[in-house]
Amino acid sequence: MSDFVSGFWNMYVIVIVLVSILACALLLYMQGKATFTPGKTMGHVWDETLEEYNNPMPKWWSWLFVLTVIFALVYLVLYPGLGDFKGVLGWSQQGAHKIEVAKMDATVKPLFDKYLAMDVKAVAGDKQANEMGKRLYLTYCMQCHGADARGAKGFPNLTDSDWQYGGEPEQIKESLVNGRMGMMPPHAQLGADTVKDLANFVRSLSGLPNDSVRAAKGKEAFASAGCLGCHGADGKGMHAVGAPNLTDKVWLYGSSEATITETINKGRQNKMPAWQEFLGDAKIHLLTAYVYSLSQGAK
Amino acid sequence: MFKHDQIERSVGLLIVLTILTVSVGGLLEIVPLFYQKSTTTPVEGLKPYEATRLVGRDVYVREGCYLCHSQMIRPFRAETERYGHYSVAGEFVYDHPFQWGSKRTGPDLHRVGGRYSDEWQRAHLTNPRDVVPESNMPAFAFLANTKAKDSVGANVEAKMELMRGYANVRGIPTYTDEEIKGAKAAIGEMTEMDVLIAYLQGMGLELKNAK
Repeated sequence: MSDFVSGFWNMYVIVIVLVSILACALLLYMQGKATFTPGKTMGHVWDETLEEYNNPMPKWWSWLFVLTVIFALVYLVLYPGLGDFKGVLGWSQQGAHKIEVAKMDATVKPLFDKYLAMDVKAVAGDKQANEMGKRLYLTYCMQCHGADARGAKGFPNLTDSDWQYGGEPEQIKESLVNGRMGMMPPHAQLGADTVKDLANFVRSLSGLPNDSVRAAKGKEAFASAGCLGCHGADGKGMHAVGAPNLTDKVWLYGSSEATITETINKGRQNKMPAWQEFLGDAKIHLLTAYVYSLSQGAK
Repeated sequence: MFKHDQIERSVGLLIVLTILTVSVGGLLEIVPLFYQKSTTTPVEGLKPYEATRLVGRDVYVREGCYLCHSQMIRPFRAETERYGHYSVAGEFVYDHPFQWGSKRTGPDLHRVGGRYSDEWQRAHLTNPRDVVPESNMPAFAFLANTKAKDSVGANVEAKMELMRGYANVRGIPTYTDEEIKGAKAAIGEMTEMDVLIAYLQGMGLELKNAK
């Protein structure tokens, strides 16, 4: 793209390009005209006996140079290169990209439209849609949720039946479209003792070994400190705010007393980015169906 | 005058003609770029690197991230589908020097801003295998051990002054005195990892969702 601040630079490029090509042509012409006397040396001697002949270049070699000059001129007529001149082919990098994208869009659009019109659950059962979803998943999602979709510490496993924000198609789609802001506030202000009680109570909820005396005290603290506001009175969590279920065996950050204590003390923050603008409806629909299909069959 | 024999025997002429010949490429391919709007005008929304990102960028340069990561999305569908809109020159007017890179052992990073959460970046820098088991990226956990103000941020005001100098020459928006004065405070107690994440999270946002 040429958008020079003044016309001078346009001429500057054109003049230098043409002058250098002409100079090359002139040099070739002069070389072709030069006379050579076979066997005559340049007249200097190095290292006692080393002399230099002045023979012409092989003809085929000279012709290669002539060809480069012709190629350059043809190229500059066809493609952009001479200042603002766009070339008779009208080719540009942006244009080429646009054509490439349009061509592929024409191929995939019928597929996208077909699946977009179908219900997520139906798309999830479609083999081709599933493969498309998988490709999308591996491009955009695996960095956090893993190539096998089993997640990592702090990044949810998508293959189980445990969902922070709900595993119904609408909820999965919402997570993809607008993203999610996970926010567990820090509770270190409760004091180390109470936090330890709480950690023991939380472990007791899912049947992990715990100190029952502390767990009993933790149960009271769970109510008085407001934990139940998000995790529910029964500790089963709340999809609306993304509060995890504390009674199952699924742990986003780990279930050891030390980890739970850290979680309570420092809180946890993480977010799922919003994808609507970047991916658009069709890809989100396919991804929703793919993610939905991952956990079907999980208990 | 331009006979091979004469040029070869006159050192002065040889030097002048050699310089002339090798300078043609630069005169044609580099100099005009200084006078093109698309290479000198910031794209809409682009601002000079704020203090934290500017020193985060220094961490990026110091650790040689550019050796494995490019910041140059080419105008091919395969790349724009994956990373987003292709890179344009106007996005790099505040980059001195560019971090375009030339090799991708890891993915392109030009539009990594906002792509992952801060927490992901932290976990990934600390040990890439924790989140991407297949990754062969080295761990940069040690970045959390040093405060930015003690290393890359120590002379942040001078760096910003320098960047302001560049911008003034080109007549593009740049830092105010207040921004430079507040630089140290903005960096505060952030670690090298914090400022690097700040840099990464701000990358390529201007055209992130452009089609």
